Amino acid sequence: MYGKGIAKGLFVTFKHFFNTYVDDIRYAGRKYLHQENFEVRQGLRPNGGAYTVMYPEEKIAVPERFRFIPFLVVEDADHPERPGEDWCTSCGICAKVCPPQCIWIVRGTNPETGRPVPQPDAFYIDTDICMNCGFCAEFCPFDAIKMDHDYEMASYDRTAVHIYDKKRLSKPVSYWKTIAPTTALEEAVGRGQWEHNDIAKVLKKAGQPTTAPTIENMWLKPEPLAETKAPEPAAPQAMPAKKAAPSANKPAETTAASGDKKPKFDKQAMLAKIREKKANKE
Amino acid sequence: MTDNAVVEQTDTNAAIAVLKEKFPDAVQDDTREGYKGIIVDKNKLVEVATAIRDELGFDYLSSATGVDYLGIGDHLEMVYHAYSTSGGPALVFKAQTLRDNAEIPSLIDVWPGADFQEREAWDLMGIRFSGHPNLKRILLWEGFNGHPLRKDWKEAYYEQDHKPFDSRWPGGHVFRAEERNVYGKNVAYPDDLDLSTLTDVSEESIYSGMGLGVSVQNLGNSEHLQTDRLIVNMGPHHPSTHGVFRMVVSLNGETIESLEPVMGYLHRNHEKIGERNTFLHNMPFTDRLDYISSMGNNHGYALAVEQLLSQGARWTPPTYRAEAIRVLMVELTRIVNHLWAIGFLLNDLGAFFTPALYAIAERERILDFFEATAGSRMMCNYMRFGGVFKDIPERIKSVANLVNDMVRDFNTMDYLTELINERLPRAVDELDQFLTDSEIIRTRTVGVGYLPPEMAIAYSAAGPLLRASGVPYDIRRADPYSIYPELDFDVAVRYNGDIYDRYLIRLDEVRESIRILKQILPRLERTHGENVFGPKQHTPRVPLGEAYGRVENPKGELGYYVVSAGDEKGPQNPWRYHVRAPSFINLTALGEMCKGHKVADVVAILGSIDIVLGETDR
Amino acid sequence: MSELDLRELNNTEFPVPADMQGNVAITSLSKLYNWSRRSSLWPMLFGLACCAIEMIATAAARYDFSRFGMEVMRASPRQSDLMIVSGTVTKKMVVPIVRLYNQMPEPKYVLAMGACASGGGPFKEGYNVVSGIDKYLPVDVYVPGCPPTPQALIYGMIALQKKIDGQSLANMDDVPWYGVGPAEPAPVPILGPDIIDPRQMDLIRRQAEMAAAGKSFAVRALPEPIKVEKAAPKAAAAKAAVAATDDPAKAERLRKREEALARKRAAQGQNAPAAEAAGEAPTPAQAAPVAEAAPSEQGGKPKFDKEAMMAKIRAKKANKG
Ligand code: SF4
Ligand code: SF4
Ligand code: SF4
Repeated sequence: MYGKGIAKGLFVTFKHFFNTYVDDIRYAGRKYLHQENFEVRQGLRPNGGAYTVMYPEEKIAVPERFRFIPFLVVEDADHPERPGEDWCTSCGICAKVCPPQCIWIVRGTNPETGRPVPQPDAFYIDTDICMNCGFCAEFCPFDAIKMDHDYEMASYDRTAVHIYDKKRLSKPVSYWKTIAPTTALEEAVGRGQWEHNDIAKVLKKAGQPTTAPTIENMWLKPEPLAETKAPEPAAPQAMPAKKAAPSANKPAETTAASGDKKPKFDKQAMLAKIREKKANKE
Repeated sequence: MTDNAVVEQTDTNAAIAVLKEKFPDAVQDDTREGYKGIIVDKNKLVEVATAIRDELGFDYLSSATGVDYLGIGDHLEMVYHAYSTSGGPALVFKAQTLRDNAEIPSLIDVWPGADFQEREAWDLMGIRFSGHPNLKRILLWEGFNGHPLRKDWKEAYYEQDHKPFDSRWPGGHVFRAEERNVYGKNVAYPDDLDLSTLTDVSEESIYSGMGLGVSVQNLGNSEHLQTDRLIVNMGPHHPSTHGVFRMVVSLNGETIESLEPVMGYLHRNHEKIGERNTFLHNMPFTDRLDYISSMGNNHGYALAVEQLLSQGARWTPPTYRAEAIRVLMVELTRIVNHLWAIGFLLNDLGAFFTPALYAIAERERILDFFEATAGSRMMCNYMRFGGVFKDIPERIKSVANLVNDMVRDFNTMDYLTELINERLPRAVDELDQFLTDSEIIRTRTVGVGYLPPEMAIAYSAAGPLLRASGVPYDIRRADPYSIYPELDFDVAVRYNGDIYDRYLIRLDEVRESIRILKQILPRLERTHGENVFGPKQHTPRVPLGEAYGRVENPKGELGYYVVSAGDEKGPQNPWRYHVRAPSFINLTALGEMCKGHKVADVVAILGSIDIVLGETDR
Repeated sequence: MSELDLRELNNTEFPVPADMQGNVAITSLSKLYNWSRRSSLWPMLFGLACCAIEMIATAAARYDFSRFGMEVMRASPRQSDLMIVSGTVTKKMVVPIVRLYNQMPEPKYVLAMGACASGGGPFKEGYNVVSGIDKYLPVDVYVPGCPPTPQALIYGMIALQKKIDGQSLANMDDVPWYGVGPAEPAPVPILGPDIIDPRQMDLIRRQAEMAAAGKSFAVRALPEPIKVEKAAPKAAAAKAAVAATDDPAKAERLRKREEALARKRAAQGQNAPAAEAAGEAPTPAQAAPVAEAAPSEQGGKPKFDKEAMMAKIRAKKANKG
């Protein structure tokens, strides 16, 4: 019979149409913003209900491995020894593996000796070029650059904001642990401890234990190194000295950068800023 | 409607011996380190090619591309890969010419499928093909200055021959490339540019092959138009050209007299950039070729470079688990792609968006898995030389980070099992029920856009387009790679060669993919915990030589021709990186398929070829 | 908008009661306009590259931007308000894009989706790629990412809606369509030996004359990346050092650059005052030329000193107001 195929097709359409009301019935009108129903709607079940995500009111949280623009890992602001210091040692691997070459790094130098120090003076990523490939994060030997999950970053003017400098890129390591707990743990296991490799070296020199990474001690605050201050001056060479030099030379600057200027993960602050900018405009 | 393909290995060495006997002066072995095949005297090229096709049975020209060996022999070289449609490895033959006045006879009479590929070689490499009837630029516009893929051609933003650039580290003071150009834009003009005589010939030239006898741009001036033919431009901005593709159609009433594809609107200089990149750098760039099936692109490229790497000393092949995961990803990608293709074919037929919506909803479920595993929905960048990026995660789990984030948490294997065993089969059946019997669709598609099998082979059509014409040629069976030999599946084939069969064969292939996936699941369980990526290396030492890695991508045969040739820094960058893009070559037959049909059928025929412009234009 | 010249509303001649001249009418009219515009932004059905796929995914069932009144994607520019530039803009394609933009009726908005449309993206170095659509068209919102996920795109669209909310009839310089008379179409580029922007004809001619006079201006051999030293106080010393540099090659390079920049400044009359101001400011000698080299409003400003940048922008805006 002519038209049977069309009728069959329309039946499918009707089924889909009906399906969008299934969870209205199931949850008596509370189908959105409903954590339990969200997993059903976004899952694989047949008749799972409305598939639409009501974006600004409900957002699909991204999985751990999600990659968007990279960010630089820095020590937490309340780290006892080196608050806000970079994990990055400016080794340049990420700049080498970056396919569109959108990472620019100025290697730090000790102003007195002129020797390179393991810390970047400047670090830029041109987000207008970055292809979100994740190579920088994958190949960084110090786990110092990671892929961010914050995709809400539309802007009205790219000239002012689309080349990210170090200040804008830096986010504390606790942020990374929040957005990617499993991966952070895996990486820590790979390193052997929760701390940055350099810290671990210092600790080992000082005869202090490092924290073997487990899920439980993930959020333990690092112990202050205070009581071991004694052996440190006694061993003036190598890492400790090198590490001490930059922090001694520009403590004010570093804290200014990490303290009051706050790394850019605080969205509220950012929004406020945008709003302020807009207000200025008018 | 499926067949087991006949796999009958053609012996390449025997074939070469026959050729040498027949053309003793014209055929030589290619003896360069790491190279295969033969070098043919260009004056005898057509005869040799004809013999290769007719006498030796290599009836399918897969790829034809140019290489510029500036500094290594100083010649240009055309490389041809011919296969037999009954299966087996390639016969590689090459023809060389000097860089000045480069000229090579055209093979368009032997294989019409060489048409666009030769035009591309002319456009980018500056090799003139004598005997080619329509040798115009294809990706760039007529009037462009130079042939960009020549090694001595430098673009406006040229910085250095090879990445990584020295300006990035340790003194990486940031700049924008446009700051270093006087014009502030990505442009460079030749020194002898004369603005007063400047004419934009890019449009005029497009119509020159249509045989109009009038200047289309000056139509308004000619008072007595001696033609009742109508030229219609479809694209580059047209909702059903699947991107920025353009067709110039010459109509007699409603009937198509001739059709010429115009492309290059998304020519992103993939190959030029690829030669500057390191081998690994190219991996994420391949994602952006056929951006609907990035996993497949990754796989092809990984295979090509692995072919080279396996000649080297320190090479660990991918583990079994890595191979299984690759197949898992690639087959899921095939489903994604075919769902998309079917949805948008129906769009083109006028069923605006409903079928596409249903198809995309299923696609999203697969993308969720890709996102959790590879990190991105579309640009997976998942495969590495010798493995994959990371094992599949234990859980598909998200973490709330932004305001209003809603989390999901699934066990990955459960998710996959349910997806493969229930969700996807159901979705295919539903699409089948939704569309297959619909009288409207049958009326629009049955018998339209017919492509006979001989023509499909001659035009180097690949993938579903070829198989819907009754040629059971599937690289997974004809020239197997990865773990496909041990998997049980059939090569889908249909015999009518029209749009309807191309639609059906995509459904068949989705079903076959699901069948493969079902066999992959236990393999994943079995190999749980196995390593998937050996030593993490970002710049592996790639031995000298050439490689052609090809996979059966959803759209057809995707091949990567990679040449590793030494330079002062050692072979870290491909000397040549060419992509044999199925979308590009499948279009060669478009004009023939459309002839005699109505103008409304053009979009449907194009939709049934299933092109992606990222790959067509590269 | 034709019969009633909206400027009239701001005029004292317009019969607004004295106590109502705090333009009550204007505010609510703007609100009404903005509300209707933001709630029915019809995007053009037009995709360029990979980002277009994410745009389609955004239009599909899961993200469904018709919830924002973007219900219909129109294939015709005549019926659309929003151009989502979703993907890599190539030189060959920018010609049709500019034409399409010119065909869109006002008010019209441009959203640059993805790294490519914003600033060139991963393919920026390629010879056929335009480094950002803002080199040819005014862009309202940039959405970074490669590709931006559908949620990121919707975020950008909401940002655009917010921007529209902020527009006002009273501020006629803000948006061209509140001005009087027809708007200027964007100049359509020409495909010559390379793409030619008609706005740059003079500059190109001058370069060609230079070349003809034998002073071949090697476009590709521009100076090395300009180093911006952190220490600003050293500026004077640096300037002196540059003047007294004893490396002839370097001096030659610097001289050439100065020449080029002078020419450019002359070519871009409108930029000159700003450039001169920058030149006088006590910035590091080497940094100043970069700022001047800014080839277009959008293009070339160095990103080193964001604060200064912002201050400058604000100042400019203040001047305008
Ligand atoms: S690879 Fe890691 S440590 Fe090295 S420069 Fe990059 S971010 Fe810093
Ligand atoms: S994500 Fe990729 S493109 Fe972006 S900065 Fe990292 S390596 Fe470069
Ligand atoms: S930004 Fe990335 S995804 Fe978007 S068009 Fe460019 S390359 Fe493709």
